Amino acid sequence: MTKEEIITKLPYAKPFLFVDDLIVINENGVEGTFTFDSNLDFYKGHFKNNPITPGVILTETMAQIGLVCLGIYLNEGKEIQNIGFTSSEVEFLKPVFPNEKVTVISEKVYFRFGKLKCNVKMLNEKREEVCSGTLAGMIV
Amino acid sequence: MNKEEIIEKLKPIVKPFVKDETAFNAINEKTHFITDLNINSANLVDIVLDVEEAFSIEIDNESMEKMLDLEQTILIIQEKLSTK
Repeated sequence: MTKEEIITKLPYAKPFLFVDDLIVINENGVEGTFTFDSNLDFYKGHFKNNPITPGVILTETMAQIGLVCLGIYLNEGKEIQNIGFTSSEVEFLKPVFPNEKVTVISEKVYFRFGKLKCNVKMLNEKREEVCSGTLAGMIV
Repeated sequence: MNKEEIIEKLKPIVKPFVKDETAFNAINEKTHFITDLNINSANLVDIVLDVEEAFSIEIDNESMEKMLDLEQTILIIQEKLSTK
């Protein structure tokens, strides 16, 4: 499956799609990017007059690239009805501001019985780590 | 390996996923992972992977689907150990 096909198979749409491009994908992991458009709605309230990307959105971005894109690839084109986010343990190291482009790098820990667990990190344009952790999701 | 030995080996594998200590202490052959121990399907995958490692066996998809209670889990472990 090509990287473009994987993105078209994602079950998300704007304003909740947090994947722009996939750079590398193989059976051991994935690397992809996303740029946070300054017009995204949550910046109006997080925080008042001080827009910073919420940690939950960074976590979601890591999950969409690191788990969902890789999961679609590993599932080899078989039909996926529903997916669920089952656990996350994430540390946040640096803020991500509007218009920043981030790179997500995910390494598979295992994909067994429909569950995908990965070690995932996010880098900013200076290649500094902004957050990292372990995420898991399941085909349900 | 007999049932009791297997149960003793399963307890430390299951423990990190059980919040209810009373339910954990009451573990027996009839215990159901989901209804008695409140373990979700995602954590059940981790338990099965730990079982594979602890007993040096490989669990296939079909066996995994049956591993919902201690009784079935013990039977599957015994079967896999006997065909090793």
